[in-house]
Amino acid sequence: MKVIVCVKQIPDPATPGALDPSSNTLKRDGKLILDESDAYGVEMALQLVDAAGGGEVNLVSMAPNSETAGLRTALAMGAAKAVLVSDPALQGSDALTTAKVLAAAVQRLGGADLVIAATESSDGYTGTVPEQMAEVLGLPSVTFAKKVAIDGGVLKADRQTEAGYDEVTCSLPALISVTAGVVEPRYPSFKGIMAAKSKPVDEVKASDLGVTPVGWAGAGQTISNVAQAEARAAGEIIEDDGESFGKIVAFLEGLKVI
Amino acid sequence: MTDYRAPLHDIDFVLNRVCGLDRILSLPGYIEVDSSVVRDLMSEAARFMEEKVAPLNRVGDVHGVKRNADGSITTAPGFIEAYQAYVDAGWGAVPFDMGFGGGGFPWMVGVALQEILTSANMAFSMCPLLTQGAIDAIMHHGSEEQKMTYLPKMITGEWSGTMNLTEPDAGSDVGAVRTRALRQPDGTYLVTGTKIYISFGEHDMADNIVHLVLARTPDAPPGTKGISCFIVPKFLINPDGSLGRRNDVSCVSVEHKLGIHASPTCVLSYGDQGGAVGYLIGEENRGMQYMFTMMNQARLSVGLQGLSLGERAYQQALRYARERRQGRAPGAPAGESSPIIDHPDVKRMLLTMKVTNEALRRLTYWNAACIDVANHHPDATEREWAADLAALLTPLSKGWGTDMGVEMTGLAVQIHGGMGFVEETGVAQHYRDARIATIYEGTNGIQAIDLVGRKLGLRGGEVVKRHLDAIAEAATRVKKHPDLAEAAKALETSLQATRRATEWLMAHATDPLSMLSGATPYLRMLSTVTAGFLLAESALIAREHAAEVGESVVAERVASARFFCEQLMPASDGLVGAVTGDAQLLMSSI
Ligand SMILES: Cc1cc2nc3c(=O)[nH]c(=O)nc-3n(C[C@H](O)[C@H](O)[C@H](O)COP(=O)(O)OP(=O)(O)OC[C@H]3O[C@@H](n4cnc5c(N)ncnc54)[C@H](O)[C@@H]3O)c2cc1C
Ligand SMILES: Cc1cc2nc3c(=O)[nH]c(=O)nc-3n(C[C@H](O)[C@H](O)[C@H](O)COP(=O)(O)OP(=O)(O)OC[C@H]3O[C@@H](n4cnc5c(N)ncnc54)[C@H](O)[C@@H]3O)c2cc1C
Repeated sequence: MKVIVCVKQIPDPATPGALDPSSNTLKRDGKLILDESDAYGVEMALQLVDAAGGGEVNLVSMAPNSETAGLRTALAMGAAKAVLVSDPALQGSDALTTAKVLAAAVQRLGGADLVIAATESSDGYTGTVPEQMAEVLGLPSVTFAKKVAIDGGVLKADRQTEAGYDEVTCSLPALISVTAGVVEPRYPSFKGIMAAKSKPVDEVKASDLGVTPVGWAGAGQTISNVAQAEARAAGEIIEDDGESFGKIVAFLEGLKVI
Repeated sequence: MTDYRAPLHDIDFVLNRVCGLDRILSLPGYIEVDSSVVRDLMSEAARFMEEKVAPLNRVGDVHGVKRNADGSITTAPGFIEAYQAYVDAGWGAVPFDMGFGGGGFPWMVGVALQEILTSANMAFSMCPLLTQGAIDAIMHHGSEEQKMTYLPKMITGEWSGTMNLTEPDAGSDVGAVRTRALRQPDGTYLVTGTKIYISFGEHDMADNIVHLVLARTPDAPPGTKGISCFIVPKFLINPDGSLGRRNDVSCVSVEHKLGIHASPTCVLSYGDQGGAVGYLIGEENRGMQYMFTMMNQARLSVGLQGLSLGERAYQQALRYARERRQGRAPGAPAGESSPIIDHPDVKRMLLTMKVTNEALRRLTYWNAACIDVANHHPDATEREWAADLAALLTPLSKGWGTDMGVEMTGLAVQIHGGMGFVEETGVAQHYRDARIATIYEGTNGIQAIDLVGRKLGLRGGEVVKRHLDAIAEAATRVKKHPDLAEAAKALETSLQATRRATEWLMAHATDPLSMLSGATPYLRMLSTVTAGFLLAESALIAREHAAEVGESVVAERVASARFFCEQLMPASDGLVGAVTGDAQLLMSSI
């Protein structure tokens, strides 16, 4: 079985990010790391291939400055190879262009039985790239999976909903987006990191993939305005007078979580 | 995840720019990789230690370990799982021989990993640390069969190791060991006796425990010349490598301690049922010599504990100082209380911690680099000089490193004010944990005696002289930079004082009372001037590579060098009086 995972490389969330005031997009000039959201997808893919008794996990990523640090982490976890699309012409690409580029990268790898992405990235969290990719690739799209298995060539997923979850079955090939926590991502081992050093990363430009137009020219969306997020309001402190559990229950009910 | 973040930038700087990682990697016998691989290793290891090991630090402190009625030990919740993850990830293997499944990396890289592991959780790190010591001894002195039997599983961490030196009447004086070993007709030995304070002597994290035990054969000469070293596995090993019957060694009690609560400190009883089966390492009566070959590495590792706890405590103190508001700092608007970090006195404490940690990182990593050159350089002369320099630096790393560990974690408590003294913030734990490191692996008093008694005399004093000359040479280079001129002057002044103390000690080499009386203040003098030298040298290196490291790093390096040399180092110059002072006064008082 072959599984391709979309791997976004993002600025380290521990170091505060900044917007480029000229374009209102996120600055990505420092070192990038594997988006934790995608670590789940990589782990899921490795487990599915394992359960299938063999096969390969491949990666696709679009990132500036030939960045591979996040890909290396995913390769160290056990993926076999990657396609990296890195191209100054991609500057200013919106989510649809990203989806087209990633879809073309999937095709460059010869397609797969299953393509996995995260439901949303940790830095951009548009939450639309996977569905758009599925459309471009002509694949069925299963979203918000919190549990995934493949049984007799059929994809079975528990799909998170507001009320609970749906049990979904789907033929392969397909594209699925998985939620954080779908599986527990492994830490790369020392041997895995060493092996990752010699795993192939095929770096290409948008033009190599035949995707045009890209960047600002290709963007169907524009960023018209950005505003400061509202400061987080102070929490409410409930003094326990022996009856305060009632207030907590009411609070949780207000949030519709119970 | 806790808030500990491995200081990868400074680690990278020290490995590559200060200690010449590329040059060390190119020595014969190491894996053929470039330094970018080490960068990858460090960042993944850091993530693992930060996320998986660091959160257990407090859990371990609160829960400690429990000895069960059957003598087994239950470690703190989460420790078994985290240790298994550590073994699966293979971090313990990195600095060992590829022939036995090791990674083939330099010791210095192992030391960098160890810094992070120890910051994450010192009590946890004791298990791999002791294993490392036992591996080292077997690697250097074990038979081929012993190496094949034990090393692969110890290098993965599936089996852990211990070092059994201490007994009730044999602490600093290892020569007083009384545990006995009786040779059997089949060539094995039966070991009987009691060992105390054995770290990870019993636990539930590994499948087997390989004890290295110092003992005496019946006809052994007294003192250190009559000590032999034995491998005593908790479970005997079957010919096919599987685990066999339980050996006659048991944990009869476990200590309640000031710190490192999650590290079981055991009283081990050997031979309650007739004798534990032991296997001699090398030859009889040469155990002490074997211990000495691994001593540099083990002592360096303990020195590193001072750095690791200092670093973690610094990060915590810095965060607290930014949040806690109290009083009005100079220049702050009226009617507003300032974050305490804006008070000059708090800044002084923070900066003292920061630069002392940086100095310790440079000292310990450099010490490790010397060990690497000593073990791997193709040229015998280079090897011997490096070995002697490593020998000189080791008591500084261990003694000064752990003294600073206590002082720096103490400052972190101070910065927290009352909150530092209550346990809630967790900062008190670092202070309590740091306290043991000045005691074990040879007390710091013993380190100082080792320095003046053994190390100063190396090659008739030529080794320390070369080291001091290198500092003098660096000072003349530092002086050429106007912003570092004051620092260079301070370095020369401290060097002068240290030279005086050194010469005085050399002149009194035949007068043990004078030598021993001045040992501890001298260790501090030599360490401090060495630290000033390393920080000044770092500033020059940063400036030389400004284009690659960036101006902000240059500015940071210059500030560190200046603060240490101008404001911290001079305090140790005054110790010359303590080194050369009247020993009779010391002895006749009290
Ligand atoms: C007009 C416009 C211009 C923009 N210009 C820039 C710019 O110059 N620079 C910039 O950094 N951003 C820019 N952005 C934002 C950028 O387009 C989006 O962040 C990106 O297209 C994907 O969005 P997301 O991460 O929110 O996707 P989501 O839909 O939240 O992503 C879901 C999942 O899809 C996969 N995925 C998404 N992106 C990638 C990727 N790049 N590689 C691999 N897998 C991926 C991952 O699995 C991810 O978790 C621009 C946006 C707009 C609207
Ligand atoms: C938590 C913990 C873990 C330990 N782990 C291990 C372990 O895994 N394996 C192991 O074998 N041991 C272990 N030890 C033992 C440790 O190494 C000894 O405690 C240490 O060597 C000091 O010995 P002592 O306790 O007998 O002190 P003593 O030797 O009695 O020393 C008391 C004081 O006298 C000073 N002193 C002693 N002799 C001299 C001298 N000749 N000149 C000047 N001053 C002197 C010392 O510096 C010290 O200040 C551990 C101890 C602890 C507390």
